[in-house]
Amino acid sequence: MNQSLHQHNPFKRMLFGFAFSPSLESNLHEVVRLAEFFDSELILLHVGEKTEEKQKKVSSIVDATASSSRVCEYHWITGDPHTTLLDSTESLSIDLLVLGAVQHESLFRFYVGSVARKLTRSVKCSVLLLIKPAVERVACKNVVISGFKTSTLPNTLFQAFYSAQCLGANKATIVEEIANKSVKVIVDDDRSLIRSLRKKRVLEAEENRRVAELIDQLPAVLTDSISVQKQAIFGKRGYSIGHYAEVTRADLLVMDAPVKTSLLSRIITRDIEFILSDLPSDLLICRAK
Amino acid sequence: MTRNQFISSLPKNLFAGFVVSLIALPLGLSLAVASGMPATAGIVSAVVGGVVVALLGGSYVTISGPGYSLVVVLLTAVTTLGGGDLFLGYTHTLAAITLAGVLISLLGVLRMGKLAEFFPASAIEGMLAAIGLSLLVKQFPIMLGLEAGDGNPLIKLLKLPLVVTEFVQSAPESASTLAAGLLGVVSLVILLFNSSIRNRYYQQIPSPMWVILLAVGYSYYCQLRGIENPIRPELFIQLPDSVESMIYHPNFDLINSWGLWSVAITIAVIGSVESLLSIKAVDNLDPQRRRSNANKDLRALGVATAISGFLGGLNVVTVISRSSVNVTQQANNRSSNFFHGMFLLLFILFFSKLLNRVPLSALAAILVYTGYKLAHPLKLVAAVKVGKEQLLILIATSLITLSTNIITGIFLGTLITLLSHFVITRRPLLFLLHLFQPNVLAFKEKDTDSFYVSVKYFCSFLNLFKLKSKLDAIGATKTVVIDFSLCEFVDHSAMQTVENYIASFEKKGGTVSTIGLDLHGASSSHPFAVRNLTTENTLGSIEKLFSRRQENLSKMSKEYGWEYCAKNQPIDPSLYRFLFFETKPIVHIYNTLVDPISNGVVQDIVFNEGEFIARESARVTALTIKLESNIPSFVLDKEGLLDRLNAIAGFGDLTVEGHNYFNRKFHLSGSQPDKIRSLFSKELIFLIESSPIYLIESSGNELLILKKDRLLSPTEVKALVYFGRELIETLACNSISSNREISN
Repeated sequence: MNQSLHQHNPFKRMLFGFAFSPSLESNLHEVVRLAEFFDSELILLHVGEKTEEKQKKVSSIVDATASSSRVCEYHWITGDPHTTLLDSTESLSIDLLVLGAVQHESLFRFYVGSVARKLTRSVKCSVLLLIKPAVERVACKNVVISGFKTSTLPNTLFQAFYSAQCLGANKATIVEEIANKSVKVIVDDDRSLIRSLRKKRVLEAEENRRVAELIDQLPAVLTDSISVQKQAIFGKRGYSIGHYAEVTRADLLVMDAPVKTSLLSRIITRDIEFILSDLPSDLLICRAK
Repeated sequence: MTRNQFISSLPKNLFAGFVVSLIALPLGLSLAVASGMPATAGIVSAVVGGVVVALLGGSYVTISGPGYSLVVVLLTAVTTLGGGDLFLGYTHTLAAITLAGVLISLLGVLRMGKLAEFFPASAIEGMLAAIGLSLLVKQFPIMLGLEAGDGNPLIKLLKLPLVVTEFVQSAPESASTLAAGLLGVVSLVILLFNSSIRNRYYQQIPSPMWVILLAVGYSYYCQLRGIENPIRPELFIQLPDSVESMIYHPNFDLINSWGLWSVAITIAVIGSVESLLSIKAVDNLDPQRRRSNANKDLRALGVATAISGFLGGLNVVTVISRSSVNVTQQANNRSSNFFHGMFLLLFILFFSKLLNRVPLSALAAILVYTGYKLAHPLKLVAAVKVGKEQLLILIATSLITLSTNIITGIFLGTLITLLSHFVITRRPLLFLLHLFQPNVLAFKEKDTDSFYVSVKYFCSFLNLFKLKSKLDAIGATKTVVIDFSLCEFVDHSAMQTVENYIASFEKKGGTVSTIGLDLHGASSSHPFAVRNLTTENTLGSIEKLFSRRQENLSKMSKEYGWEYCAKNQPIDPSLYRFLFFETKPIVHIYNTLVDPISNGVVQDIVFNEGEFIARESARVTALTIKLESNIPSFVLDKEGLLDRLNAIAGFGDLTVEGHNYFNRKFHLSGSQPDKIRSLFSKELIFLIESSPIYLIESSGNELLILKKDRLLSPTEVKALVYFGRELIETLACNSISSNREISN
């Protein structure tokens, strides 16, 4: 593949925890394909005992994929799924943990199971949540990236554009969520409405400038032939971007990892919680190592 | 409003205030008496209300004074708080009113103006109907010159005919009853048939004033003829002759008892709800379309109520009926409210002797009429038209309110509405899970000035405020498209609210269109009927029940001579010749519009993206035009989404010489680069640059044009049709000129 692109690979080692479920085949095809696109090494881990039969079954599926050489290690570890995967990402120096989401009864809605949810918060590397792994590839065209101002945004943009480029996306939209609080004008009547609109315009311009600067700092090969757009949306931070991804039928949504993971903030459900319970698309949660 | 404008509009507001005071006088007197308080209490509250709210309020053309909703509550408080002693009860009630005023102000400070918007529309109608019926039922015997009874309003309603028989029996024997009763009945007739009297001079004076004049006239008639007025003295209004004796002060002895506080809280909550609903309604009446600051008004009303209670008056609310008269009389600022208060003060100071000639039966007639209007049977018919469940909610709320009290009534009514939603959708989890989740997204669409609002999960009275605050923050001068495609359930209150926004935006130069409701099943063809997507019968509904968008499309088609058909159409296989639909299986096509001039066909197309139905269905409005002669096939899209597909097929991005802006903004590709370049003449490029277009594709003998990647509002459909015509024309001109070149 493209050497100048892959020299920037932030996901050199990928980990996928697999289980012997009906979707094993499609899962494996999907992650192997991803490893190929990203030019990464793929480590497959099963929480449970190793048996000859199981190893044979897995290997045969992997061999049937187009890039079976990407799989470099198999691990069989017994124990609690959450701690096992958490520890393994550390001990095996994993850059990207890949997890699958669960389908709702209504067929079009996906949510993240409890183990995956905990892992998403606790691991120290980036996490990719897949909603509908398939044997045959579904093209990725449209990537939505959260432009929320954090100290790790440059890293998030880097990982986002690397992924978009590898997956062959045409369009990346950087979404800036402007919370009502930051507008700081309560709209009571006509006068306050005008003030509020003016403030929003100013905020939007500031956000655009900030994001444009960050994108300019990325290596050119990452943003090559991807149409980059900026969109300001007004709504509840963390939630609105999921809704936006759904409305624009995005194929991949990229966000920063939630920083405050205290029990209190989880009870008051904010940020990533909303999106985890109703995934609009594949979700990449970026962390800097 | 500048100083000069203010001064020049003073006469108008002065006169409007005067007319309103003519109505406020009898109403204030009758409301006070019906509440078990001295007649002047009503006037005190109107005067205080007019002055205080004019100075401190946040609305523009409202009138403040005593309201209807708390009459029964106040009467109960007066009779019970004093333990039988009516005067004591009165002063205790004043304490409750004063406390309520403080609470109302607090609600305003805490910006709780949104509270009123939580109650579903039909429950509020039910509550108003119950209030009207209680008023009517209580005052009916008084109107006939009889004693008022005690007891449950519901039972009294059923016993209403007995009151009539009682009158018929006792009237011949008691001259007082006969005279009072007849006066009352005649007054009622005057009120009922007011609009039938077509005399211009008669119409200058509002009908309640005519009632007063009639009563006073009758009294003078007796005096002139030397007869003693047959009506017993205690059946007259008794206004005191000095100002001091009109003022009473509250008794705060019961301040530690729950009884007093419960009355205060009831007054605060119901009074605020009545005011907030009235303010909203009056905003719709304001010819200048100004938006009131409801919280500022609440603060003012709270202060006014507290002062009024302290001086012996009723509570102060914003009243819709007097406000609408105010608007009709062309008032345009708060000074009319002030003047109405001042005129009332004048009346009470200098005309009290005159007013003492008015018997209570005349005032009762005014209230019976008001009650009748609030509980009009036509409202039941209106509710059924929206949907059967609305009628159920209305009647249930009314009955509960009549048999218990207002607060219980409105809360249980709300609960019943919620239960009806559970039953209709058969998915209570839909509401419970997503109740506290934000469900509205708004953003400005790129390259246009229009805002897109998407509503998800459900939209009912429970979370309407979220949609409303987004629309309010956008501003009524903008173009807004509300997309309900992701929303599975939309209730009556939400539909009604959206309609209100459509109207208010229109008046300020903006527009609101709704898309995505065409597939929702509705319980009736009424525009406010509940929309439900959770049940299976979604396809059938397109044919029977029109959404507002479909109605508009149908109207527009008639106006412009297009053929319109809402029904599902068979899928034309030629659509799959377009690269856009190559990997998108089409599920169904509806809302088809045919333009005879360009032979263009506009359709809503529902399709799936990707295999294995990896996504929910996407919807888009597309224009297809079959061409008479072939042109080279190409894809022109703004965002290069189809680039990758073309790259696979071996077609790169074409550039046209001399058009840098076009090359930058659009991706153009196809299998015959030279022919495509010659097709894209200066005129064609200019046309495309100046119109917002998402995609134009040619399959050789047919064009596919997409304006946006979603369903279009009726206005946008019109623009799309016109763009299609211009495109065809430009292509035709090109082919003529290129033919000429070839032949040369």
